[in-house]
Amino acid sequence: MSAAAAPAASPRKATPEAPIVTAGLTKRYGDLTAVDNLDLELRRGEIFGLLGQNGAGKTTTILMLLGLTEPSGGTARVIGLDPARDALRVKRQVGYLPDSVGFYGDLTGRQNLRYTARLNGLQGAGAEATIESVLEHVGLLDRADTPTETYSRGMLQRLGIADALVKDPEILILDEPTAAIDPIGVVEILDLLRQLVRERGVTILLSSHLLTQVQSVCDRVGIFASGRLIGLGTVAELATRFGNDTGRVEVSFEGEQATAAAGRIGPTLSALDHVESVDAPAQPTDPWTLVVKPASAGRAVREAVLAVAARESLGLTAIRSTEASLDEIYRAALKQTGLQQADRDTAAEATDPEGSD
Amino acid sequence: MTAAKAQAEAPAPMERSVPRAGWLVVAGKEFADHLLSVRFFVLLLVLGLAAGIPLFLAAERIRSLASEVSGAQAVFLALFIIGPQDVSIFGLDVSVQGFIGLAAPLLGIAFAFDAVNGERAQGTLPRLVAQPIHRDDVINGKFVASLAAITLVLLAVVLLISGFGLLRLGIVPQWAEVLRLGLWFLVTVVYVALWLAFGLLISVVIRRAATAALVGFGIWMLIAMFGRFIVNLLLGAFAPVSSSAPVDQTLSTFQLHDFVLRLLPTTLYNEASSVLLNPSLTQTSTPATVGQLAQVQQQVPTLLALDQSLLLVWPQVVALLALSVICFAIAYVRFMGEEVRA
Ligand SMILES: Nc1ncnc2c1ncn2[C@@H]1O[C@H](COP(=O)(O)OP(=O)(O)OP(=O)(O)O)[C@@H](O)[C@H]1O
Ligand SMILES: [Mg+2]
Repeated sequence: MSAAAAPAASPRKATPEAPIVTAGLTKRYGDLTAVDNLDLELRRGEIFGLLGQNGAGKTTTILMLLGLTEPSGGTARVIGLDPARDALRVKRQVGYLPDSVGFYGDLTGRQNLRYTARLNGLQGAGAEATIESVLEHVGLLDRADTPTETYSRGMLQRLGIADALVKDPEILILDEPTAAIDPIGVVEILDLLRQLVRERGVTILLSSHLLTQVQSVCDRVGIFASGRLIGLGTVAELATRFGNDTGRVEVSFEGEQATAAAGRIGPTLSALDHVESVDAPAQPTDPWTLVVKPASAGRAVREAVLAVAARESLGLTAIRSTEASLDEIYRAALKQTGLQQADRDTAAEATDPEGSD
Repeated sequence: MTAAKAQAEAPAPMERSVPRAGWLVVAGKEFADHLLSVRFFVLLLVLGLAAGIPLFLAAERIRSLASEVSGAQAVFLALFIIGPQDVSIFGLDVSVQGFIGLAAPLLGIAFAFDAVNGERAQGTLPRLVAQPIHRDDVINGKFVASLAAITLVLLAVVLLISGFGLLRLGIVPQWAEVLRLGLWFLVTVVYVALWLAFGLLISVVIRRAATAALVGFGIWMLIAMFGRFIVNLLLGAFAPVSSSAPVDQTLSTFQLHDFVLRLLPTTLYNEASSVLLNPSLTQTSTPATVGQLAQVQQQVPTLLALDQSLLLVWPQVVALLALSVICFAIAYVRFMGEEVRA
């Protein structure tokens, strides 16, 4: 009886293989190497985030995983199959949301999804129930029967996610799934993704450059820069690797006292042991961020802050350790590899006969 | 126990089957789109006029012809090949046959020029090729849908004309004529298919639909209106016909002209179409020898049997099919290996 409410969950074969594996995957466009020797292995039921700046090679990687473009080298395996050879079986199991997704404007959202269902060999009452439920999941049920040419960009994006879900996929590949979606919508979509993983064991690969969102939803992330994977792991792992062993403590003070003592707080906090730097907020009542080194000194710093606050008779409203944000990790990672790049350039210059006379 | 019950109540697991004929799904959607499209109404209008105008103008002539030669053969087919006297457009006589020959390429291009690049522009192509169907299913489905839409209207028009002849002019067709008409219809569908294949090809190769339309109609115009002119111009420069040359040489020059003109699909269709609809046409090519020439001149006008007509047009039909296959092959090759990026 709940058939209409929830997409029909199908039993999944417990294949031991990782859902997505790449080995030395490479794509060249002429001289440009868009994806360079990518080795990646996704685990069943995880949400994996592919991060990178514009032109880093995220979309190209995704296209190769779907067999939409031929790799120049290396191999990709999706559910144990070669996406170039076994294209149909791979595409039957993989839901894909392209970046800047489009729909047939003169058809309604529901008709568009119906077409996708047919192309996947799904028809009849079962398919209609699935369509109804995915539309509900992405919050488009009230607009389902208007032509998609009247949809806003964010609504098209939601319909795109619904479209990827219609075939009840085992793997979801989403290229910038939250682009053009409003902040509340983003939270809803990310919740939906987590729900899919929890209830149906879907494996999700998503690409993004909206780092805070990725941080909140991804189990693991891979950082891409000019076609190469420069970091891979959980956010915490990457924080230790690229964060130079720093931690963060956030402190909030009570309003009036903080305003009165605004000038004093900064120097006092900076003077504490293990505190590398202090980020002053724009408003003295907003949280202050202390960068702690080594990361393990977080607890000691928190206690020191409590002591200082008592001494200076400042009322604390909150104090907590936070993880390094992915934003910072990302910048650090880019900077480190950027430096390596610069090193190589100078090395090349040094051996240049004209440069060394 | 309860678990087993829940299991029984749960919806049957959805089949993980790939559709057996992806092209059929694509064709179904495209055909439904066509029937509601502006272009379908234009198709109705164009073919309706193509049938209506000549018939209206030539009705008197056909009626008098019918009463004059009552009992004569092939009067029914005259409905399709006789136009009003002294009226011609683009050098073509204004008959149903002539009009349909003119409209077929236009319709073929109009129904296919935006097939693939339109999907690209809408951003639906990446989604479409990410579904579990073969890439060629996309092209094949669109081809079948367009051909079905055009054929449907064409059939309606032919039946209407026949009905008009039958009821208003009282012309009863003979079986041989019905057969001829059916064969002509088939050849016309092949001709439309050729231009559809050509339209699909440009829709794959040219990224912008507007450019594709321009190129498509431009090429049609070049072939249909100026093709003969251009061929004559070129051959006039390289293989001129001179009055002082011996008959043998003149004949071989004419043959060369024939051959080059036959590379044009318009010539192929017009020849096949005239032979099939007009049993008194006994040949399509220039006589090859002086002996043959003399033979032709001495010929008693006769009506050709159907199988003889068929023999005459067979090469043309094969050539039309071959041209379609070539267009298709190029479109496939271009589309298959292509990267589909949003
Ligand atoms: N068809 C093509 N021909 C040549 N170069 C290409 C082609 N497609 C992509 N590239 C190049 O490949 C690189 C990777 O592109 P890709 O689309 O994968 O980046 P991305 O990480 O998805 O970026 P974005 O965040 O902007 O979507 C870019 O430098 C791009 O210019
Ligand atoms: Mg991209």
